[in-house]
Amino acid sequence: MMLQSGAALAARPAYPRFLDAGETALVVEFGDVVDPAINAQVLALDAALRADPPKGAREFVPTYRSLMIHYEPLEIERAELIRIARQAMAATTVSATEGATWILPCCYEPPFAEDLDEAARLLKLGRDELVALHAAATLRVYMYGFTPGQLYLGGLPRELAISRRPEPRPPHPAGAVLIAGGLCVVAPFVMPTGWYVLGSTPERLYAPERQNPFFIQPGDNLRFEPVDAATFRGLEERTARGEIVARKSAA
Amino acid sequence: MMSAPSEAGLRIISAGPGTTLQDAGRHFYLRFGITAAGPMDPLAHATANLAVGNAPGATALEVTLGGIEVTAEGRPLTVAVAGGDFAVSLDGRPLPSANVLLTLEPDAVLKIRAGRSGAWCYLAIAGRLDVAEVLGSHATHTRTGFGGIEGRAIGADDRLRVEPSGAAAVPLGLIAAPWLDRPPGIIRVVLGPQDDYFAEDQIAAFRDGPWRVSTKADRMAFFIDGPTLTHARGYNIVSDGIAMGAIQVPGNGRPIVLMADRQSTGGYPKIATVIGPDLGRLAQTRAGTEFRFEIVSVEQAVAARRAEATALASGVAVEPLVRTDFTSEFLLGLNLIDGVVAAGPLR
Repeated sequence: MMLQSGAALAARPAYPRFLDAGETALVVEFGDVVDPAINAQVLALDAALRADPPKGAREFVPTYRSLMIHYEPLEIERAELIRIARQAMAATTVSATEGATWILPCCYEPPFAEDLDEAARLLKLGRDELVALHAAATLRVYMYGFTPGQLYLGGLPRELAISRRPEPRPPHPAGAVLIAGGLCVVAPFVMPTGWYVLGSTPERLYAPERQNPFFIQPGDNLRFEPVDAATFRGLEERTARGEIVARKSAA
Repeated sequence: MMSAPSEAGLRIISAGPGTTLQDAGRHFYLRFGITAAGPMDPLAHATANLAVGNAPGATALEVTLGGIEVTAEGRPLTVAVAGGDFAVSLDGRPLPSANVLLTLEPDAVLKIRAGRSGAWCYLAIAGRLDVAEVLGSHATHTRTGFGGIEGRAIGADDRLRVEPSGAAAVPLGLIAAPWLDRPPGIIRVVLGPQDDYFAEDQIAAFRDGPWRVSTKADRMAFFIDGPTLTHARGYNIVSDGIAMGAIQVPGNGRPIVLMADRQSTGGYPKIATVIGPDLGRLAQTRAGTEFRFEIVSVEQAVAARRAEATALASGVAVEPLVRTDFTSEFLLGLNLIDGVVAAGPLR
């Protein structure tokens, strides 16, 4: 036991780490777990670099625990990019101030709650209990990923920690709200998934014709507000017209 | 001169599955989960565009092994074909090279079919294609329905309106682009970002292969067949960003190279990343073709990138097949094959 933990300790890398994803992308890694403090470091570096983008840096992609910087190496050398990133980190205090808190409508009723009963059974919870727990949680928006406008949310209560399916299920509808692996996802695009569909939101997290196609930022918080199927349909008509139906919480 | 053509355009007579419009990619939205898409072989795409006088990242058709047949409408169009070694013919007459520049007269039929090697080629049209932009780009990503024509692949009877460039008609010519001569065999990679998930012997096994592109290879990912790799410490990582060319190793130990249409983030360790200059070389490698990986440093990758940029900056030379300015209709009456021999050796 002692040996093992000693080895594990020795293997633990010192963060931040600068990793290469080829010659045109640099990964600045702050950790290897889903953790709000690590994510806050990622977002702080992202904000600092975007405020004053280094020449040759093309695109910044924040994820749970690292920032991927796409760059043109013929315009900026890797070492110079690292120097600027280090400087930005030294000059930035990772802000504890919270982002906006969004209230996102979610219908947990048929036909939207495709896997709700299955998830409730696996979690040994009543259906209403599961919904109540899910809707009561204030979730952190960690990142967008996988497909356009897909949000990855953390901060689910432990009671909702469910493993991914061993095999993917057939494609979920657009707007599905899913859970797995202790996380929650809002998925604007129809995709097969290994997660469990609890419900659906009429909100469009990505709307190309809207002035701001994406309105939620990583670092924001989010709560789901249960709505019935009739309300869902009404809200859906509004979002189809380009309206945003999510509300910013005053709290 | 044609009499009062209303609109210039390219009409698709037939197109193999997966034919798409691609520009240099939909950049700057990866942070919102939006894949850049763009050409599978960026170097060939740029070459075709430069040959017709377009910007290197202009919108062009990406042609697959399924081939394509097109004709011009309204006005003659200056077009270029560049990429893999495809078989190109004009009105049924085979052209002597896969990399050609020509004037496509209305109703003349340009046909591109799979040839001896290569998996993608690009058909660029001098001027501007009149298609709607999505987030600043025409690049097609069919999985999410972004870009191109209604976010889908191009098919028979599609018409692309063209605002032709003012350039004069060109005689049929061969595009001299020696940088497109990239025999398969060695694909250079930079290790990481998660090479520390693999022991040294596994890195060696990864390097030496040998690998073959499997039949499961498309714009999103190339599944490759070879040794089964084992992870030193699990295969689930907390998702992070994915660059084009990233080689992820899922739980079954069989690597997947993520290509232009890849998802923006993922949760498998990425052992290495194909360097930019070799992305096209890998993309052009057909199923069953053997190759190995060569591990290079970032500095070596940048040197290769610089060499590529320098070559492109020197311009794309076009060698006229016949040094006269006849219309292509007239030109096609000539014995083209003899003309080629006279013009110089084929590559």
